[in-house]
Amino acid sequence: MSENTEKKEAKKLLKVSSNPHVRDGMNTRSIMLAVVIALMPATIFGIINFGYHAFLVVATAVGFSVLAEFVMCKILKKPVSISDCSAIVTGLLLGLNLPPMFPLWMTAVGACFAIVVVKMLFGGLGQNFMNPALGARCFLVISFAKYMTNFNCDAYTGATPLAVLKSGGAVNIYDMVIGRTAGTIGETSMIAIVLGACFLIALGIIDLRIPGMYILSFVIFILIFGKRGFDFNFVCAHLAGGGLMLGAFFMATDYVTRPITKKGQYVYGILLGILTGIFRIFGASAEGVSYAIILGNLLVPLIEKITLPKAFGKGGENS
Amino acid sequence: MNKCVERLYNGLIKENPTFVLMLGMCPTLAVTTSAINGLGMGLSTMVVLALSNMIISALRKIIPDKVRIPAYIVIIATFVTIVELLMHAFVPGLYSALGIYISLIVVNCIILGRAESYASKNPVLPSLFDGIGMGLGFTMALTLIGLLREFLGAGTLFGFATANIFGDTFGNVLLNVFHKAIAPNSKGILGFFEEIVSIELGSFSPVGILVMAPGAFFVLATLTMIQNLIKDKGAKAGKDTSKIGSGCSSDCMNCKDTSCSKRLVEPEKEVITEEAEDVKEEEVKDEQ
Repeated sequence: MSENTEKKEAKKLLKVSSNPHVRDGMNTRSIMLAVVIALMPATIFGIINFGYHAFLVVATAVGFSVLAEFVMCKILKKPVSISDCSAIVTGLLLGLNLPPMFPLWMTAVGACFAIVVVKMLFGGLGQNFMNPALGARCFLVISFAKYMTNFNCDAYTGATPLAVLKSGGAVNIYDMVIGRTAGTIGETSMIAIVLGACFLIALGIIDLRIPGMYILSFVIFILIFGKRGFDFNFVCAHLAGGGLMLGAFFMATDYVTRPITKKGQYVYGILLGILTGIFRIFGASAEGVSYAIILGNLLVPLIEKITLPKAFGKGGENS
Repeated sequence: MNKCVERLYNGLIKENPTFVLMLGMCPTLAVTTSAINGLGMGLSTMVVLALSNMIISALRKIIPDKVRIPAYIVIIATFVTIVELLMHAFVPGLYSALGIYISLIVVNCIILGRAESYASKNPVLPSLFDGIGMGLGFTMALTLIGLLREFLGAGTLFGFATANIFGDTFGNVLLNVFHKAIAPNSKGILGFFEEIVSIELGSFSPVGILVMAPGAFFVLATLTMIQNLIKDKGAKAGKDTSKIGSGCSSDCMNCKDTSCSKRLVEPEKEVITEEAEDVKEEEVKDEQ
């Protein structure tokens, strides 16, 4: 046995892949495809609701995400990883987070930023420290604030329900749950998002730990600090309005950027709820989900550090 | 190559303080929101760098080794004060734009670094040119970063609105040309096409994040990447890309220079005995 053959065998045994490392029929590709399917109700509703330009925005975001990943893999001389479909999910989530009349070239810039800067430069799938779609969304909000907060389109004009709430106006809860309000393409319809989320939960791809704690802590925060007392309508409007549902079910649960430990996931969910509440109630802008999740992503290593379970036999009196 | 010309080349290209040595990051990131700010910061740093290098080099045999850093700081701070007062008097606009960063030139690590690694060991004239070269390299880098950030982030060049070069914003000019071809509010598939293109052209605007704090990191990283790319290509083509001059080959293990500021590894602890000190003193006398 020469050393070379040994090395070769070791190479065969050593399979390097991103998590989850479960021996199961499910792999990154099937998970990502399931997420795409789960996002379809919200996407289709958004396109029907807002018109053709919404479709162009989503298509551009997905197309440029995949293209950017392909080009980056070629430049970095890595195996081309577009077949794991994670770029499609990133592009889809980014597209759903943009206003319906958002210019397409800005969408393309955002998609390239998500893939090139947030994901590939840090090592590709599994290595990114923040959600690429949300990173790109924040990049676009900072760069093109005027266009990112302009939700006027053929179907709707005027402020989003959250902005109306912020300035003390009244909103129609029924319309908000259905999704017939101004907003970004994928966030308006609570029903469509929850439908997709139920599909993912049924498949076991996500669980309710993070979304549940997120929404629960957010509701408690709103009840305490919302300055409206126990106003059921106000709480419902805050739950149905803005990107809370989309963020809680589809972006806070991102495998790469959430804590691995169970305890950590509870902490993470509570943290996101409180941060979103702070941004929405005390912040300058009406919406705060994307910044809350990004800030939570940055704190994940710390959360994992303090919630790391003790190995068997460690700790205790005689350690 | 002439020693002085070599120092200039070294500072500008081979050991560019910003892109190669990665020194002085604080002013690099903070003041380069526009090309003129970068240029002003670079030039004021260059003046201080050249003059302080010259004085430190002239005094290098008088300054005791143990208190050399305070001595350098006094010399540098003197020149910074002069530059600061002159700028306050003659370019108040730039002075207020740069703000605290002018005073902070005192603790700029390029200046201390050059004093420590070059001026304290070399004659006056090369030290002066080392300062000028490094200063020019810094100025070039800062101006380049400022230029890119200003152009992409605010759409201006040295304060002139480049977008308005055609009398209107660039996008609006294109939009008018486009509307001559296809009238606005036309019907059918043409109107559909018109609406999409109008949104694209009407939204022609700079990427605002680049003039904010994150933009500095993006632009600096991109430029450093390009610099490394060129260097790698040069190295592959057989060009000599090693640093010249200040005696540093990045090989701290075999380096005899124990006072080096960039020292990472201690080869052997020198045991200072009286005998060794005597030898040292003799050496100093020999040099003189």
